[in-house]
Amino acid sequence: MNTSVRIETINEDHHDNGSTQVFGFWIYILQDLFLFATLFANFAVFSSTYDGGAAGKDFINLPFVMVETFLLLFSSISCGFAMVNLQTNNLQGTRLSLQITFILGLAFVGMEVYEFMHLIHQGVIPSVSTYWSAFFVLVATHGVHVIAGLIWMMCMFVHLSRYKLSRDNRIRMACLSLFWHFLDIVWIGVFTVVYLLGAL
Amino acid sequence: MFGRFTDPTAEAFSALQHEPIVLYTVLTIMVLGILVFTVITLCGWWGTLWRNWITTVDHKRIGIMYVVLALVMLVRGFADALMMRLHQAMALGNESAGYLPPDHYDQIFTAHGVIMIFFMATPLLFGLFNYILPLQIGARDVAFPFLNNLGFWITFAGAVLINISLGVGNFGRVGWLAYPPLSELSGSPDTGVDYYLWSLQLSGIATTISAINFVATIIKMRVSGMTMMKLPVFCWTALVANVLILMIYPVLTVALALLIGDRYLGMHFFTNDGGGNPMVWINYVWIFGHPEVYVLVLPAFGILSEVVPTFSSKCLFGYTSMIWAILVILVLSFLVWAHHFFTMGGGISVNTFFSVATMVIAVPTGVKIFNWLFTMYKGRIRLEPPMLWCMGMIFTFVGGGLTGVMLSIAPADWQFHNSLFLVAHFHHTIIGGVVFAYLAGLVYWFPKAFGIKLNRALGIASFWCWFIGFYFSFFPLYILGLMGATRRLQHYIEPSWQPYFIIAMIGALIIALGILFTVLQLLLVVWYGIKHKGRLPVRENDPWGDTRTLEWSISSPPPPYNFAILPSVTTLDAYWHMKTEGTQCKPTRFSRIHMPSNTSAGFWVGILALILGFALVWHIWWLVAFSFIGVISVIILHSFIGDHCGYYLSAMEVQKTEDAFTAAYLKAGGKEI
Repeated sequence: MNTSVRIETINEDHHDNGSTQVFGFWIYILQDLFLFATLFANFAVFSSTYDGGAAGKDFINLPFVMVETFLLLFSSISCGFAMVNLQTNNLQGTRLSLQITFILGLAFVGMEVYEFMHLIHQGVIPSVSTYWSAFFVLVATHGVHVIAGLIWMMCMFVHLSRYKLSRDNRIRMACLSLFWHFLDIVWIGVFTVVYLLGAL
Repeated sequence: MFGRFTDPTAEAFSALQHEPIVLYTVLTIMVLGILVFTVITLCGWWGTLWRNWITTVDHKRIGIMYVVLALVMLVRGFADALMMRLHQAMALGNESAGYLPPDHYDQIFTAHGVIMIFFMATPLLFGLFNYILPLQIGARDVAFPFLNNLGFWITFAGAVLINISLGVGNFGRVGWLAYPPLSELSGSPDTGVDYYLWSLQLSGIATTISAINFVATIIKMRVSGMTMMKLPVFCWTALVANVLILMIYPVLTVALALLIGDRYLGMHFFTNDGGGNPMVWINYVWIFGHPEVYVLVLPAFGILSEVVPTFSSKCLFGYTSMIWAILVILVLSFLVWAHHFFTMGGGISVNTFFSVATMVIAVPTGVKIFNWLFTMYKGRIRLEPPMLWCMGMIFTFVGGGLTGVMLSIAPADWQFHNSLFLVAHFHHTIIGGVVFAYLAGLVYWFPKAFGIKLNRALGIASFWCWFIGFYFSFFPLYILGLMGATRRLQHYIEPSWQPYFIIAMIGALIIALGILFTVLQLLLVVWYGIKHKGRLPVRENDPWGDTRTLEWSISSPPPPYNFAILPSVTTLDAYWHMKTEGTQCKPTRFSRIHMPSNTSAGFWVGILALILGFALVWHIWWLVAFSFIGVISVIILHSFIGDHCGYYLSAMEVQKTEDAFTAAYLKAGGKEI
């Protein structure tokens, strides 16, 4: 055999190499970030286009949003604990931490739905002005992502009880926690740009 | 219950009732469909079709399906083009001149643009990526075989949805980028723009899925020893094009979603009232649209960088400068979007910036042109069809680039803006640059996929028809543009324009002849396939000779596992190196090979996505809910009951397959190794 061609041992896990899957998920996250970046830019462009209607700062309830923010931040911590437990092969701990994450996430979505219902009840709907169109689209896109994460967690509970801490489940958990932390970071952006700056 | 079908303003079936052209087209498509269905049923091919194609996760088969989809869409899009050229050649006078009423004509130019970019060029590109990329980097498949299948079927759903608009309802009358406020409910109250929006959303999802897959494949699946600077140029361009896709498609998705918000939820992003601003849409779509041009043309550059060295029997001149030129284009392509609307009134500084940035982009492109010319310089050039396409591309694309520099001069652009000069320019770059190069790629890699070359005489005839036809159809448009003709004219009153439109029509007919020759080439191959009852014999690996990259080191068509033994790469142009050093291995000791299992999940998601899109267009909300839940359920079910383990090809089977190839290799005069 010459130097330029060597016979390699055949990699039998050619197709489901865990690192490739997590890498692919990172790429997904990055392109999703571009989606949010566009929505943030869109909100910034229209951030004072009230068309003579309701202004953002009259309807922003900062303490309420602060509670939402902390719910999501704490859910990120518990999601981190789920990963720590996964590393130490503690199935029960993983499950418990993920359940706490799920409940906190659900509470976040509940509060957001309440906020939207409250706004709509007061006549502040997406068609009022471009500002409110942009507001609802940006915040709701994040919310829909969180709901997707919750559905994913529900599937994850079934996966965990069926396949325990299998290799596939470890990859799934790695991607799920990436997704959840990503949503947390995006929410920090939403909280800052939409609510903190908006309340000024 | 039936949504907008019961709403008379949506005119669900009015085109079928009042437009004989539409009626006959739909009838022809239905008859052809029934014919194909009957033939498949009578021959009992459904099982084969299901097992080998529809549910396949093999990148090579998915690649072929993408190319077939693209060629069918090429015929559809080109039929639109012919109709427009025919109409404009007759359209001197008033609204009733020509044979197309304004409403129908407007739908045709919209459909032509959308189909050609999103459902012809993109699938053709993805077909080539799918087939060639894993082979060039020495991989057994793409990183995520299931996602590959899923992406194809969602693309398919988008393509079907846009074609349904031919018979049921209308298509948009808004141009390929659907500028508001015309595309808002106030300007387009019926279903046309909704078909546009939802088919593009489907195509966008599929494109994103595939781009993630290709980037992961190139980064993570390269064979050992193939560092980034030993990567074939086609793979480099594929990487950059897919990174571009990942950065720009989210912008398109958001823009489309916002317009959907306007049309479905009464929002006010791009409307004239409520604070909306149509110019914001125009910025979004061009932040997407300009890099999209490079998504299409960079792989075209990659194809040339593979074909030109092969048929010049030399290595590519300036590999490193080629790679850096690609990367510079990646960055610059994001800095030029506003040159599409210098007339917006952005002011001197804005226009100057985008004008200069646009001119600068000609520099890295020029680097590439010179690299190809220097590759050919003192090379032993063989004028095989792929090389003809490449030389035609270099010649034509330089011209298109030069008129691009003319358009980039902001003050001059105020004259050229939205004139036929612009239409001629972008067809000059897209046909001369993208289409010629893709066809070069198709002809070049065809024998790899099927074992035989396309007929040479027909190929040469096809090239000359396209080449000459292109100049006949678009140079009159340059002149017309300078004479003041704007784009998208349903009729005109200037008699001196008509001769130019007639010449353009003759050019389009010459191109049609070129397409006909390509179809004949393909029919000959279909005949070859029928003669061998669908089991194509294994042929020699290197039919062109002097090829340089790994895909040519394995049999044509390649075995399902691609490489029986993964090669190890030490230099650029790995296969060339193996040939000159005589280090092709004749392996005898094989191990079993792991293969992914087929899955039908992608197909079902595609079908449900098609229903979802259709229901959204027609406001059939119960069907929207049903199909949306269906899509999510199929994905979740796939994660639970899908076969993720795959299976093994035994070492004995691999040995048998490889023996067949060795026999073919020796028969073709290959040296015993």
